[in-house]
Amino acid sequence: MTKKNSLFYEFLKGVLKENPLLILMLGTCPALAVTTSAENGLGMGVAATAVLIMSNVVISLLRKVIPDKVRIPAYITIIASLVTILQFLMQAYVPALNASLGIFIPLITVNCIILGRAEAYANSHGIVHSAIDGLGMGVGFTLALFFIGSIREILGFGTFFGTKMPWITEGGLQPMMIFGLPAGGFAVFGIMVAITQKLNKRFYARQPQAVIGCAECPGCISANTAPVDHASDDLEGQTDEPRVVVPKALREPGILAEPKDVKQSEREETK
Amino acid sequence: MLRVSASPHIRDKTTTRSVMLHVVIALVPVIIASTFIFGWRAPMLFGISAASAALFEALARIVMKRKQTVGDFSAVVTGLLLAASLPANCPIWVLLIGNFVAIVVVKQMFGGLGDNFANPAVTGRIVLSVSFTAQISTYSVLGKFAGDAATDLVSSATPLAIVGQGQGSLPSTLDLFLGRHAGCIGETSVVALLIGGIFLLLTGIIDIWAPISFIGTTAIFVLATGQDVLVHLLSGALILAAFFMVTDYVTTPTTILGKIIFGVGAGLLTGLLRVYSAMPEGVSFAILLMNILTPHIERWTTPTTVGGAKHAKS
Repeated sequence: MTKKNSLFYEFLKGVLKENPLLILMLGTCPALAVTTSAENGLGMGVAATAVLIMSNVVISLLRKVIPDKVRIPAYITIIASLVTILQFLMQAYVPALNASLGIFIPLITVNCIILGRAEAYANSHGIVHSAIDGLGMGVGFTLALFFIGSIREILGFGTFFGTKMPWITEGGLQPMMIFGLPAGGFAVFGIMVAITQKLNKRFYARQPQAVIGCAECPGCISANTAPVDHASDDLEGQTDEPRVVVPKALREPGILAEPKDVKQSEREETK
Repeated sequence: MLRVSASPHIRDKTTTRSVMLHVVIALVPVIIASTFIFGWRAPMLFGISAASAALFEALARIVMKRKQTVGDFSAVVTGLLLAASLPANCPIWVLLIGNFVAIVVVKQMFGGLGDNFANPAVTGRIVLSVSFTAQISTYSVLGKFAGDAATDLVSSATPLAIVGQGQGSLPSTLDLFLGRHAGCIGETSVVALLIGGIFLLLTGIIDIWAPISFIGTTAIFVLATGQDVLVHLLSGALILAAFFMVTDYVTTPTTILGKIIFGVGAGLLTGLLRVYSAMPEGVSFAILLMNILTPHIERWTTPTTVGGAKHAKS
């Protein structure tokens, strides 16, 4: 396996280990809504990937300029501008796809994946790494959407990219309508998640686990805000060292034992 | 004489297999009745369904590398119940897809018997009825029971569809009771279902609480909305579901109070769907919805052990 922090690792991570849709469970709303066909899934994935790479690059460039307190509005503004550009491009060159994806193109602005990567990765990494991270996450998202869309289109409508499948539409069989409905979307999504977990466990069991640092952890708000001690930096002197508060009991070993004795003696007195 | 030992103190020879075999035996009258009402196609559907369900179960366990459980006959019961809730003119491939969904997706993917959150047969039927509306919602019956000279299967409206649309003539009450009308192959003959149900009650495989509250609530609801109670009780999947589906061990509550809550809820939903929805029948959706609520009902009705403290509210 590749080493942590190598560019290939960052790319592969987005596709397999931290697949945004199937492992991190981000961006499920557009994923379930638009994946009624393989074409829609692919289109949505490519659109999101384009925005993701651009936003990661821009945010990575501006990461030292944007003040921490207003970073979310700043990110949203950057992402929204990129999405607007993207939508104009789509309206001009692929109007049919733009029409079938509808509201979900403007909604890429609030797609959790893009904001999540901005917060968790681009915010604290260099431009090249951020771009590769965006590419990996985008490819992972696109692949997941493409698979879900293909399964739903083939089983639900008997077509694949609009062409009829031989056995389903002609051989006496009929497509299962449920896959075109939200219920089928959820079912396919759930089964894909289960299979990905299973395969990932097997794939990564063979290799030494790369440690996920605080910065990549999707649960953290940000690497910059993670330790509580940093919050009060502005008030007191500009120290970058976290002021760790050592509990009193660790500094003075006997401190916990004493009050106990006092209490015991008190109890004996009251008796 | 005192003997000290660790629990369990009461042992029973009942096994999963014996329970499931009892259910299969209880379904035999239904299969026989369906042969008279729908002709040779009905037992054929039952047979193919049971065999394919068992096959899917065996294959799923092999693929998932788990202990083989096809010998406990639960898959056979699921297959029979799924076939029972399909019309006689249902194509074989639809039946096979239904069994695949029921056994592999609903049952084995969630861990097999005991871990499935929803009744496999009911869910399989719902997936089929949503996916293949054309094949599943045309009901048929042998020509001689539909006032037709033809001896083959002819399609005809179910009593509930007649009630829902308000046109056509209903079969007589005796015909409803014996099941001589169009419908799913296992649901029409109330008399056969009652024989099977009473057999299960007498052998202690099921108890009366869920069926009685389910049927009772549906009857009261239908009566309150001014419908013909007898038609609603004797047609549709109500009786089949009451004895074979709301009494499923895995997907319904275990306490008596829980069973009554389950039955009342399923009955209310059935009544609502039958009277107010666009569909003539709603038993399967009602049961699926209550299956999902079952863990919560279990939590509300957990009994306190003797001397035990009231468990904390979570």
